[in-house]
Amino acid sequence: MIGFRGRRIAGELLRISVVAIISGFLLPAGMLSAQNGGELRFCLHSEPKTFDPLKVEDDASVTTRYLTGGVLVRMNRQTQALEPELAETWKVSKDGRQISFKLRGGLFFSDGTPFSAEDVAYTVQQLMDPALHSPTGDAFRSGPGKVETKVASPTQISITFPAPVAGLDRQFDQVAIMSARSPKKEMAVLGPFMVADYKPGATLLLKRNPNYWKTDAQGRKLPYLDSIHMDIQTNRDVELLRFKRGEIDLINSLDSESFDKLAATSPQLVHDAGPSLDTEQLWFNEVSRAPLPAYKKEWFRSAAFRRAISQAINRADLSRVVYRGHAQPAVGPISPANKFWFNANLKPAAYSPDAALKALQAEGFWMQDRKLKDKAGNDVVFSIITNAGSKARERMATMIQEDLDKIGIKVNVVTLDFPSLIERMTQTFDYEAILLGLTNVGLDPNEQMNVWLSSSENHQWNPQEKQPETPWEAEIDQLMRAQASSADPKKRKESFDRVQQIIVEQAPFIYLIIRNSLSAVGPDVHGANPVILPPQAFWNVEQLTVKQ
Amino acid sequence: MTIWRRVACGVLLVVVVLSLAAGWLAPAGYAKQYREEAGAPPSRAHWLGTDEIGRDRFARLLYGTRISLLLAPAAALLSTLMAALIGGLAGYLGGIWERAAMAFTDLFLSLPWLFLLITVRAVMPLNVSPLFSVVVTFSMLGLLGWTAAARVLCTAAAGLRNSDFVRQARAAGTSEARLFWVHVLPNLKPVLYAQFWISIPAFILSEANLGILGLGVSEPLPSWGSLLKELEGLVSFGEEPWKFVPLVLLVVVVTSFQLIISKQEEVGA
Repeated sequence: MIGFRGRRIAGELLRISVVAIISGFLLPAGMLSAQNGGELRFCLHSEPKTFDPLKVEDDASVTTRYLTGGVLVRMNRQTQALEPELAETWKVSKDGRQISFKLRGGLFFSDGTPFSAEDVAYTVQQLMDPALHSPTGDAFRSGPGKVETKVASPTQISITFPAPVAGLDRQFDQVAIMSARSPKKEMAVLGPFMVADYKPGATLLLKRNPNYWKTDAQGRKLPYLDSIHMDIQTNRDVELLRFKRGEIDLINSLDSESFDKLAATSPQLVHDAGPSLDTEQLWFNEVSRAPLPAYKKEWFRSAAFRRAISQAINRADLSRVVYRGHAQPAVGPISPANKFWFNANLKPAAYSPDAALKALQAEGFWMQDRKLKDKAGNDVVFSIITNAGSKARERMATMIQEDLDKIGIKVNVVTLDFPSLIERMTQTFDYEAILLGLTNVGLDPNEQMNVWLSSSENHQWNPQEKQPETPWEAEIDQLMRAQASSADPKKRKESFDRVQQIIVEQAPFIYLIIRNSLSAVGPDVHGANPVILPPQAFWNVEQLTVKQ
Repeated sequence: MTIWRRVACGVLLVVVVLSLAAGWLAPAGYAKQYREEAGAPPSRAHWLGTDEIGRDRFARLLYGTRISLLLAPAAALLSTLMAALIGGLAGYLGGIWERAAMAFTDLFLSLPWLFLLITVRAVMPLNVSPLFSVVVTFSMLGLLGWTAAARVLCTAAAGLRNSDFVRQARAAGTSEARLFWVHVLPNLKPVLYAQFWISIPAFILSEANLGILGLGVSEPLPSWGSLLKELEGLVSFGEEPWKFVPLVLLVVVVTSFQLIISKQEEVGA
C-alpha cells in the first residue's frame, strides 16, 4: 500500500515536473501568469475630457485612446519605427499627397461590427470635418481643399489630400479608426481594450476587447491583461504613496526626487529610460510693444546678449543638482532621444562665465563694482518668472541667479501662479524673462510649427508677428514651410537641421536641460520595458501581465 | 505662570540674539550655493546640512528667523494700529459710525485674502528686490489682518463710551478728540497689547503658508515659510529629521508668544 502510494506520488511529481519544465522552456516567465491576465492599475493625472478619439487633446484622453483605439499603423515607441497594425501595407505617393492602405480582413470592432475600408473612409471624413475641430485632424490640414477617399475594395483604400502632408504615414499613428455602422460609435473600438466603466472624478475601467485581432507567437490572443483600472488622481505625492503600498502597479513620469527616494529602497522598481523629449528653457521678452524700458528691449533683442547669458549658465550643475543627474544639458530644441530629427552636428554651449563676460564687453557692456552696466550706464538687472509650485524650476531659477551674479547681472526670481504667468506671457507681455518647460509628445517637426512660425501664437519670445521681424526668423519660416510641404524625408531633415542651427545661434530660447524619462513599475508587473515616448511604462500593454 | 512667561521671554531673547548674530555665526551667508554638497546631511561644516541646491540650512534658518521675527511684529503693529483706529474709534463714537465700521470690517473679513494676496503678488512690479518683496508681503498681512482685532476693540471701546469717567470728562467740557486720545485709548491698552501679541504668531504662520505656496519671500532670501517648504513630500520624521528644525523653532517661538499673550490677557482682564 505504502509502495503503491509512493509510486502514485512519484508519478504525480514526475507529471508536475514535466509540465513545469515544458512550461519553463516554452513559455516566457510572464506568460505563466498570463493564464489569468490580471488587472493593471495606475493613475491618470486628470479627467479624460472625451472618449471620442478624434477630439482627443488632453493627456488622459490620449492615454485612453492609446489603450482602446485601433490604428492603421503604429509607431513602435521603442524603435521609433512605423509598424503595420490594421493596415498590412501602405504606400505614400511621391508628391506626399496620397496614401494607400491594404487593410487586414476579417476583423471586428469590440461590439462585433465588421471592420472594412468604409470605416477608414468614415473616420478620415470625420477627422477632416471642419465643424468637428479635431486637434488630430489639424496635422493633416496642409492646404485648402477637400480630402478625397477612394474605397477600391473592403480591404483597400486610398486617401488624397489637397496638398502634400509631411510625414503623412506617421500621422496615422494618432488616428483611431471608428466604426461607420456601429450604433455605439466611439465606444466600439479596434484596440486591445474597451471602456467598461467610467466614474467621473474617480475611476476608469477598461476591459479586454474580446474581438481584438492580435495574437502572440504561440497563437494566444492578446492582450494578456483582463482589465486596466485607472484612478483619477491629481496629487503626485498620493500616487507615490499608493505605489509604495502596492495599490497601483506603475507610475509614468516620476520626478527625480521621488525617483531617488524610491530607488533608495527599491532600486529594481525604478527605470531611467534616458533623455526624454521634454525640455526646460528660458527666454527673453522680444515683443516690440511690451511695456519695458527701451534699453532692456535692446538687450533682449540682441543675439549676442542672449548667447552670453546662455554661456554663463552652468547646465551641467542644473542637471546634476536640480535633477539629481536624471537630466542632460540641452543643446537645442530637439532632444537626442528624437533619433531621426536631432541635429547631431550641434555642439552644446560650453559653460564659461569669462567668455560670456568678454562677449558682453565686446557689445559695450562694462563692469563697475561687480555690477554689469550697459553702454548708457544702466545696471543689468532683470527678472525671471516661473510658475509657483514647480520646485525644479524654482531651483533652476535660483541657480541661474547665482550663475549670472558671477558676471555682474542681478536677477530677481519671481514665482507666479500659473494663470498670472500665462496672462503676462500671452496678453500683457509684461515680463522680462520666463523659465518654463515644453512637453513634446510627437517626434515630427510639423508638430512644432506652432512654435517656430513667426506668425504663430506660441512663438513665445515674440508671438504673432505680422511679418518676420528679423532675417533669421524669416529664414526659419521659410525652412519650416519647406519641410512641411516636402515628402522627401532627407530634404525635410536638411531643412529642420538648419532650423535647429539657427535657433542655437540666435538663442531665442535658451535651452537648459532635457529631463530624463523616469518611471516606476511594481514587482507584480511582467513584460514592462519603459521607454521615453508616452505612454512610457505601458507602451507594450498587450504584452504585459500582472501577477494576481 | 510667571516662571513660564520668563522662560518664554528667555527663549525668544535667545532666538532673537542668535538671528541677529547670523552674520557672525554663518559668515558664508544664506545664498551661497555649495553645489558639490547639495542635499548633504548635517556635518561639521553645515550643522543642519545643505538644501537641495547646496545652501547652508543653518545660515538660512538664522537669516530666515531674523526676517520672520523682525517683520511679523512690524506687521502686527500695523494691524493693531489700524484696528485701534477703525474699531476703537467706531466703538467710541457708536451709532451710525459703529454700524458702518462693523459693516466695513465684515466686508473685509469676507474677502478671500489668500486670493487677494495672490492677485497683489501678480500685479506687483516684477523687478523688485527680495527685501522689497518680503516687506510688501508682511505689509499686506498687516493691512489685511486688522479686522478681527477691530471687532474686539470696537466692543471694548463701546463699553467705555458711557462709562462714568468718560461721562464726567464730557460734562467737564473735554472735547471728543481729547476724550478718545486721553481717556479711552489708554484704557484700551491691555486689549491692544493682547491683540498685538496674538497677531505676531498668526502672521508668522501666514507668511509660512504663503511661502509654502511660493508666494512669500523671493529667492534667495530665506524665511520660515520658504524653509518649511522643504517638508513637502517628506513621508516620515525619520527620513531627514534635521529638516524639521525650522518647524520645531516655529513651534517654540509661537508657543513662547502664546505664553506671553496669556499673561497679557490676564493683565487685560
